Amino acid sequence: MTTNISGEKIRAFLLDNIVTIIFLGFVVFGFIVSDTFTPSSFTNDIISRFFRNGVLVLSLIIPIMAGLGLNFGIVVGALAGLLSIVFVRYHYALFPGIGGLLLCFAIATPIAILFGFLTGKLYNKTRGQEMVASLIVGFFAGGLYEIFLLFVVGGIIPVTRGHRMINPVAEGVRPVGIRSSFEMGLPAGEMTGRGFQNEIPGMARALNNLWRIEFIYALAVVSLAVFAFLVIRRIYMKKNPAVLSKLNEPLWSFCLKIAVCGAILAFAIFSSGQIYYWYNELQNHPYITRLDLLPGISNFVVEISRVDRVPVVTGMVIAAVGLFIVYFSKTKLGQDCRSVGQSQQIANVSGIDVDRTRIIATIISTVLAAWGMIIFLQDMGHVSTYTVHRNIGFFSVAAILVGGATAARASVKNAMVGLLLFHAMFIVSPAVGLFVFNDGNAGEYMRTFMVYGVIGVSLGLYVWKANKAIKDKERLDRPGVVSEAGD
Amino acid sequence: MSRNLLEFKGISKNYSGNQVLHDVSFDIRPGEIHALIGENGAGKSTLMNILFGMPVIHTTGGYEGEIELNGEKVEAKSPFEAMALGIGMVHQEFMLIPGFTIAENIKLNREIEKNNVKNKITSTLFGRRMKTLDFKKMNKDARIALDKLDMSIEEFTLVKGLPIGYMQFVEIAREIDKTELKLLVLDEPTAVLTESEAESLLQAMRNISKRGIAIIFISHRLNEITAVADRVTILRDGEFVITKDVKDTNALEIAEYMVGRQVSIERTSTEAREISDEIKLSVKDLHVAMPNERVKGVSFDVRKGEIFGIGGLAGQGKLGIANGIMGMYEARGNITIDDESLPLNDTRKVLDSGLAFVSEDRKEVGLLVEKAIDYNIMFTAMNIKSEFLNVFKMTDKKKIRRNARKMIDMLDIRCTSERQHTGRLSGGNQQKVCVARALTQKPTILFVSEPTRGIDIGAKKLILDLLLELSRDKGMTIVMTSSELAELCSICDRIAVICEGQVAGILPPDASPTKFGLLMSGIKDLEGGKHD
Repeated sequence: MTTNISGEKIRAFLLDNIVTIIFLGFVVFGFIVSDTFTPSSFTNDIISRFFRNGVLVLSLIIPIMAGLGLNFGIVVGALAGLLSIVFVRYHYALFPGIGGLLLCFAIATPIAILFGFLTGKLYNKTRGQEMVASLIVGFFAGGLYEIFLLFVVGGIIPVTRGHRMINPVAEGVRPVGIRSSFEMGLPAGEMTGRGFQNEIPGMARALNNLWRIEFIYALAVVSLAVFAFLVIRRIYMKKNPAVLSKLNEPLWSFCLKIAVCGAILAFAIFSSGQIYYWYNELQNHPYITRLDLLPGISNFVVEISRVDRVPVVTGMVIAAVGLFIVYFSKTKLGQDCRSVGQSQQIANVSGIDVDRTRIIATIISTVLAAWGMIIFLQDMGHVSTYTVHRNIGFFSVAAILVGGATAARASVKNAMVGLLLFHAMFIVSPAVGLFVFNDGNAGEYMRTFMVYGVIGVSLGLYVWKANKAIKDKERLDRPGVVSEAGD
Repeated sequence: MSRNLLEFKGISKNYSGNQVLHDVSFDIRPGEIHALIGENGAGKSTLMNILFGMPVIHTTGGYEGEIELNGEKVEAKSPFEAMALGIGMVHQEFMLIPGFTIAENIKLNREIEKNNVKNKITSTLFGRRMKTLDFKKMNKDARIALDKLDMSIEEFTLVKGLPIGYMQFVEIAREIDKTELKLLVLDEPTAVLTESEAESLLQAMRNISKRGIAIIFISHRLNEITAVADRVTILRDGEFVITKDVKDTNALEIAEYMVGRQVSIERTSTEAREISDEIKLSVKDLHVAMPNERVKGVSFDVRKGEIFGIGGLAGQGKLGIANGIMGMYEARGNITIDDESLPLNDTRKVLDSGLAFVSEDRKEVGLLVEKAIDYNIMFTAMNIKSEFLNVFKMTDKKKIRRNARKMIDMLDIRCTSERQHTGRLSGGNQQKVCVARALTQKPTILFVSEPTRGIDIGAKKLILDLLLELSRDKGMTIVMTSSELAELCSICDRIAVICEGQVAGILPPDASPTKFGLLMSGIKDLEGGKHD
């Protein structure tokens, strides 16, 4: 009987996390079959993508909380971010470096609030079909955006001839439209390809470069924080029956988490020590080179030192957004969102302004998406004016789903896990394509397949589970009921 | 004469020309339990919607007349305003969020905000709604409210998965948690409860009214009204009939006022009818997985032309029998009709075998609420017998209408025309449409479940007489499931009492009420009862 129940539990666990498990399997498989990755190159890729996309994925959580489902409409927010960047880059000489980036945030915010308000209005009008509406509004707004930058800029709004942001035209022809791609401008300190430093610092990596630290130090700090969080939560849970009933973390699960986290922490602290020591050596003895030191350094320390330094400020922004979402869910507005998300009718009867709450949730999501887009582009350093926004919605949604979220339930944890796993898939898929089809390009198609596949599978599973929950109540021979009927 | 808490003064309301309330005036005193009773369509729900400021009232043009609370004119524009005035309502459908804890539900949209410095700063910066909530305090308040109702369940349990009776209490706890609550409206609160749950609810109502909170108690159950109410107001066809002190009246008189004519559902003839010994339907060891109405091994035989009653308390499995046989829920067992075995879990084959079913769930199973009456009536017959189709296999509108008109006359369905949507009909008329649909199938065996649930006494009588007539004149075999023993006794030839998913016993209709009562509570082995 007990084995039966635990078997049932394992089945339920697998089913609940099937998307995450498939992705994990894919990534591990890709890692095994490929010989192009070193641990450091893989970590580098994944870390840069994590910081690039973090805020965009987080922007999806609040609409899910408010029952709007997967908000593909974050594209609209991304467009607000893009517009602000185009504006600031047009006047680039006036706003160098991080100042320009901050101005982008400032300009994008009111635009995103307006866009979010309109999108929210639309969702209220298309009640019950918000996800479809959000998809379409993304395409629609993208079209408007393209027309605006292609024809209105220059066509109606006058622009300077020969400006580096404007399509070049022949003498005597009216200059119209923003170029199909432009650079964010290299930041102070980074060299151009020809070895020259920019005369006016640009916005590329302006946020990232504010403060970078060794990856391994950051890992130590983060794993220490997670470790402390797990322990404190456990103590709190033991003390408070209300929390216990909500969390109900079994002992084995706690031990497992602590063990994994502890191992990472120990590894990070140990490696940090090594790295710190050898860097000091290098600094104190300028006449020796890394090569001279090699015999003394173990291989993995070399490998770790190859991982890029991580952008602390960007990380702090992601953490702040994550904390904001957790905080938000504990506010009155957050509680209202959850009420509305569970039942609009009951929330309405209880006097909650359902429409307004949904609009606010959409606005917050749109503003976060606008900021997320700016962070995304400053990390990329290069803007494809008319295409960069197109996949933002799909990729972000796919990422949060991979992290275990559904159309009705999402957490910051889902977003974080999803970010790492989804982009790990992105990185390994060329390798898998090469191995399976003997063609690296196949990986491209594999990515597309995985992105839309995960969205389809998640939505399908979500509906299937909801139906199954209803059906389960109607099964004749439920475990436990059989014996009851037998006597 | 004590001062009135609430006064309705000449309330009138019409929905697009249809007068549903006409000049209704009565008053509620502080701390009394005031029963409000009326047939379906008498206007009780509309009156309460007006009091509670439901949006449906304002979107349809408001109402006439005045409502005075403590002598002051009030007009709630929204449920929230009504709540602010100290009026609470427990709806027939539960207004509970399943994914929330009991405490969160009790405090729904009345959450307590933390009053610390951080909150003061954030609320000045970003508005009141960005204040964090004090879940500890909310749990504590919920505990107090639950204790007042003698509920020992933990306040942080999720509502998802609670028994229905508990949900009702959570609803009431929410209302009494409102410190300013003066008036509580309970709309058919006992309809979904078992007898013992209903009894504890009545007790809770007495406790609440002792605290000085007036209760408007809407119920069909006369015995509950006489047991708990101080005064009773009767509405009929949207008009005020009378308000009486309960101690000066009795159930029979209330029923009379309600229908305006003498009504009895007494058995017309006391002697048992002659019924052939031929067994039409035989049920052996039936198990049905209907949630909350599980059947766990039921066996009985129904003779040809008999009206076989199935009674018992709510949740004991009586509803599961008909639903299981008809294939609505997974079932297992042996069913034979005229010695031919009936396949289970295949509704189509069951219908083909000449069985028809009037479900207890009118809105979900019984009717296509967005379709017209005539379409509803012929729908099953068309699907299983290909009737009402012309040579091109298209629906034959003339035939459909003729049949619908015949049924409307026969069953006295009150409607604007046979093209009216069934969703707009009152409960009783909807039920009649369901019966008409089953009759159009021309079944040999008719299952009816709760045929009179939510129906006024006049319509009740009509439906019961109709069933009797079908059995007497057309020789139809009828299996009727009902929660109301009196109605089973009035027309059935034998009555099976279901308890805990099994047949506790089968009694003749003239058996003493005590016997029925004992069987319902599962006591089988008193004089004459079946031993197991």
